[in-house]
Amino acid sequence: MGKIIEEKKKNRQPREGALVEVQNLKQYFPVNDGLFKTKYVKAVDDVSFYIERGETLGLVGESGCGKTTTGRSLLRLYEPTGGKIFYDGIDITNADMMPYRRKMQIVFQDPYASLNPRMTIGDIVGEPLDIHKLAHSKKERSERIIEMLDRVGLNSEHANRYPHEFSGGQRQRVGIARALAVDPEFIVCDEPVSALDVSIQAQIVNMFEELQQEMGLTYLFIAHDLSVVKHISNRIGVMYLGKLVELADSYELTFHSLHPYTKSLISAIPIPDPKMSRQNKRIALGGDVPSPLDPPSGCRFRTRCPYADELCAAQEPEFREVSSGHFAACHHLDKIN
Amino acid sequence: MSNLLLDIKNLRLSFFTPAGEVKALNDVNLQMNEGDVLGIVGESGSGKSVTAYSIMGLVPFPGKIIGGTIDFNGHRINDMTEAELREIRGNEVSIIFQDPMTSLNPVYTIGNQIREVILLHTDMNKEQAHKRALELLTLVGINEPEKRLKQYPHELSGGMRQRVMIAIALACEPKLLIADEPTTALDVTIQAQILELMIDLKEKINMSIIMITHDLGVVANMCQKIVVMYGGKIVESGTSDEIFYNPQHEYTKGLLRSIPNLSDKERKKLIPIEGSPIDALNPPAGCPFAPRCDKCMKICLREMPEYTKISETHECACWLLQKEMFEASTGGEA
Repeated sequence: MGKIIEEKKKNRQPREGALVEVQNLKQYFPVNDGLFKTKYVKAVDDVSFYIERGETLGLVGESGCGKTTTGRSLLRLYEPTGGKIFYDGIDITNADMMPYRRKMQIVFQDPYASLNPRMTIGDIVGEPLDIHKLAHSKKERSERIIEMLDRVGLNSEHANRYPHEFSGGQRQRVGIARALAVDPEFIVCDEPVSALDVSIQAQIVNMFEELQQEMGLTYLFIAHDLSVVKHISNRIGVMYLGKLVELADSYELTFHSLHPYTKSLISAIPIPDPKMSRQNKRIALGGDVPSPLDPPSGCRFRTRCPYADELCAAQEPEFREVSSGHFAACHHLDKIN
Repeated sequence: MSNLLLDIKNLRLSFFTPAGEVKALNDVNLQMNEGDVLGIVGESGSGKSVTAYSIMGLVPFPGKIIGGTIDFNGHRINDMTEAELREIRGNEVSIIFQDPMTSLNPVYTIGNQIREVILLHTDMNKEQAHKRALELLTLVGINEPEKRLKQYPHELSGGMRQRVMIAIALACEPKLLIADEPTTALDVTIQAQILELMIDLKEKINMSIIMITHDLGVVANMCQKIVVMYGGKIVESGTSDEIFYNPQHEYTKGLLRSIPNLSDKERKKLIPIEGSPIDALNPPAGCPFAPRCDKCMKICLREMPEYTKISETHECACWLLQKEMFEASTGGEA
């Protein structure tokens, strides 16, 4: 018993070398249920992970699994219900975020909704400079804006135009330029390519990679498309109904996944290769994702899991390190693998 | 030899917007046999959905067919009146839309919406229609169908709603099912369920499917024949093996290079197609892909190339192939 407490204490220390870390992050949203009853949607429930400097951590899962909420709570765009957030070893769970906003930025999913239609591209990219008082003269400001636009493959001509004059891919570039304007260290990329055409997706993905190399950026890359996430990430975490169910090196996760949910997720992805997809054996999952208002007891995946038994209903599986750097939360890992 | 079900010849369709004429389809030719699963691939604005809608006579305002013919199952769709079209829609050809959230009517029950189709197109009475609706829901794999018939769309999940849409589409056992990005709004595990269901049902009631999607993975899985569209033009068509293993058009090649493959063991760099999609109001005069093409030649900007036949089933419109053909026929002297 004493050992466990000791270990828990140890866990409260931020991990060495991690730029961003969350410990037992919880984000609950109140929902009115009847006149005086309030229920809680446990959008993110007890999630812990770290991201090392210069690394890309991918986060995948189906809609409603809490991956976007995780990204936003981590930036404290929502106030977390519980848990701790560390940035570069410093606890920022209750800190004044202003100085950290310069270091932590976000690129949103929908490039049509995330740019103010009444502002010029120059002003959109310049706004963070104004807020953080990074430009000391008008000249410096416009130089900086042009430098940013240049960096994302746009040019000075674009600065005086409005968002509606741009295509989806170009708008996403503007969103990235805005995030880069304050010279951040860490960027949350929240489904940055899902709204784009296939031929444009690769442009943006490559740009993220190049920027990372040039500027030493650290990413949390959130997407539902595992093929894209695997391509860009060093490590990948898989979420299901507010819980992290598996986390491993991206190669390890795609080819030697342990958790039954990850396995079925991977097998469900259509392979763009006719011969291989004919051989591909799909592990079909029955049913739908349960409502996050009323998650199943014990393991949240048990209602769709082919291996579920009484233990899964009674007890929640621990998210444990199965092999070095490979975490999974399941009671029956030995039986399944 | 199976019968020709659909034959589109030189279809030209434009949208007459206040800003000018947008040529959505430019000489589209498409043939399809009974029992085929045909995939139409392309990016947004390439004309893939409009092609499919025109088969049902559903060209949205201010669009207009300005040339060419559509023959479906012995009907000439262009010449049909609205009343005649209504006979075919839902009966011989039906459609599943992309967004299951908005394509069901929120104020009617599921049962009501399924029965409506049956009552409209068959001689069944209400009781028989109810039975048929139950059958259909069971067919598309919905549990507790009796209960679901009384529910409203908002009570169902996305995957369930798409199943209901499929049930409605299948109510009269159509010859052709058009699926317009049927799984784009769904999660991958649900997508897998729906695709499996569609293939299953195709075998059961022997229908043909046109699958419109931007996801190359989905077409590789489902379709025997693939048509690649770009800027209102079919740039390449062939069997799925031909398109994936022997692509000829630079756009098709670029598309295949630019998608990450989950089963790749090594980390490859993606090779994107540079540039932006075409401006529909000012399309290029020649090949629509020319402004983004690495191997663009002078003639590409001026004129649209003819189709080159690579095999019995494989066709591609590219000047490079025309050039090769010409050089081969003159023995390489030119």
